[in-house]
Amino acid sequence: MEIILALGIGVLAGSGVWLLLRPRTFQVIIGLTLLSYAVNLFILAMGRLRTGAPAILAAGRSGEPAHYADPLPQALILTAIVISFATTALFLVVLLAARGLTGTDHVDGAERES
Amino acid sequence: MTGWIEHLPIVPVVLPLVAGAGMLLIDERRRGLKAALNLGAIIALAGVGLALLGLVANVPSSQTAAQVEVYRLGDWPVPFGIVLVVDRLAALMVVLTSVLALTSVVFSLARWHRAGAHFHSLFQFLLMGLNGAFLTGDLFNLFVFFELLLAASYGLMLHGSGTARVQAGLHYIAINLAASLLFLIGVSLLYAVTGTLNMADLATRIPLVPASDRMLLETGAAILGVAFLVKAGMWPLSFWLPSAYSVAAPPVAAIFAILSKVGVYVVLRLSLLLFSEEGPSVAPFGQEWLLFGGMATIAFGAIGVLAAQDTARLAGFAVLISSGTVLTAIGTGQPGVTASALFYLISSTLAISAFFLLVELIERGRGPGADILAVTLEAFGEEDEEELEAVEEVGIATPATLAVLGLSFIGCALVLAGLPPLSGFIAKFALLTALLNTPGPGTEAAVAPASWALLALLIVSGLATLIAMTRAGMRVFWAPLERAIPQVRLVELTPVVALLIACAGLTVQAEPLLQYTQKTAQTVHNPHDYIRGVLSGAAEEQSVPRGDGS
Repeated sequence: MEIILALGIGVLAGSGVWLLLRPRTFQVIIGLTLLSYAVNLFILAMGRLRTGAPAILAAGRSGEPAHYADPLPQALILTAIVISFATTALFLVVLLAARGLTGTDHVDGAERES
Repeated sequence: MTGWIEHLPIVPVVLPLVAGAGMLLIDERRRGLKAALNLGAIIALAGVGLALLGLVANVPSSQTAAQVEVYRLGDWPVPFGIVLVVDRLAALMVVLTSVLALTSVVFSLARWHRAGAHFHSLFQFLLMGLNGAFLTGDLFNLFVFFELLLAASYGLMLHGSGTARVQAGLHYIAINLAASLLFLIGVSLLYAVTGTLNMADLATRIPLVPASDRMLLETGAAILGVAFLVKAGMWPLSFWLPSAYSVAAPPVAAIFAILSKVGVYVVLRLSLLLFSEEGPSVAPFGQEWLLFGGMATIAFGAIGVLAAQDTARLAGFAVLISSGTVLTAIGTGQPGVTASALFYLISSTLAISAFFLLVELIERGRGPGADILAVTLEAFGEEDEEELEAVEEVGIATPATLAVLGLSFIGCALVLAGLPPLSGFIAKFALLTALLNTPGPGTEAAVAPASWALLALLIVSGLATLIAMTRAGMRVFWAPLERAIPQVRLVELTPVVALLIACAGLTVQAEPLLQYTQKTAQTVHNPHDYIRGVLSGAAEEQSVPRGDGS
């Protein structure tokens, strides 16, 4: 499971960074989204990987921490998802505005002469 | 301590939230009301900031420990809940923020607040994020406040619209989003190693981290540091800054002057808090990076001010010089230097803010920004009677306007270049003295080579600023008057003059302020009081159940 998660994070982050460095605004926004997925998975991994362990205290079970997954990273991810969702939406608007104002989807607002 | 005083630390966060959210409900056309609310909230904020300052600065003589106000949100016990911590540094930054906010908003009343939607709400949200970032004692909460202030800053960056702003805003947002992701990676790495997010708790646990995890911990801290340094504008991470700041609407750029200082503030706070506690495996690390990175930033900024073609860009590079100077001072790791750097931070931030406002006044009527503004004003500002009211302009086409503008320009130049008699000189002088006088703890040697290099850089950067400012001033004020004298209203001139008078005030009151920053630097460099202050709340909580109804 660790190797799958690590590969997943690696592939997402790698493609995210590659797209982020591309000259089209749409590629940049997809890159940022992929990167934020990778980071969210990374936060989850930082809370140690557990299977079949609930994060919330179940009725009738003891409060022994060993039985439970760490709930904090999950809360952090939730916050991070909300924030990155909002900022991505905002970025999308700016992207459209830039497209409308400059007439091109190049990040610098002008095609490179070549 | 009972009653409302106890809830004072949360006010700088809640007040802008309520004011900003409340203003969303008001019709966008009732700008007068919004402006009044915004101004009122900021004045109240300044009052609260001063009250907090008084609270932490007045240490009873019987008590040697530094005063730290801790506010537990929801009254959760300390390592688990989120805390707000007010110490000298945080209180100082809150007051500085409210001063800059006040002048920026007053300036915007002339016309800029009509150049787009929801200016006043966004402004309040920005203040909420700033104050929260200064006050919070929790790493993840810091992330949330950072995102909050960035989200508001994205909106303000685009305020007034126009191709240049959208273009620069696009870069600004992309870079800051990427930096936020780095922030998250750093936070989660620190959490993975230590199992806590509370800064004071982190500081006590970091010495206990086994050597095998040390690498992971330092990686996390370094990634976190990169995220903050992007915001602070350290050299290889700062290319976005001058272009973003120079095209932002002037009142926005004026408040953005404190935005880059947030990064500096967090670097100062965290690097000294997390890696100061003596322990077997703990050594301060990353200081050389700050030192040399900061120096590179100063050099880059100095070259930038010389190369800048237009005055707004010059101001953007001045931000870099200021950030770089403070970062380098932090990198020296000496309390004396940090104290002077804090003084420098206050004085340079005020001056840069004034300069951003001034640039727009003297450049008014030329350049492509003016017609874009006219278009957006037409789209948003429907009432033209305010323009008619504008007959009470100070001295239309009289030399008095130019004289005041010129004097303000000279004032800005003096502070930024660090020449007497304004506060920039005292700041630089204090910085140089501290560099020469404290050769570092433990070393008997005279002055380290790095200090000499920094000394030279500070003087050269001052010279570069002076040359650039003189050139810009000659171009603007001594050019033949073929263009109209800028029409300036009193409400626009007042904030600039007020900020410069504040700088003059800093000169007169330099001694008490320097004493304050020295104590601040000592508390920041010896964070035991901070840690004890935050964590003792937890012990107290477990032993004595508190009976108040908060």
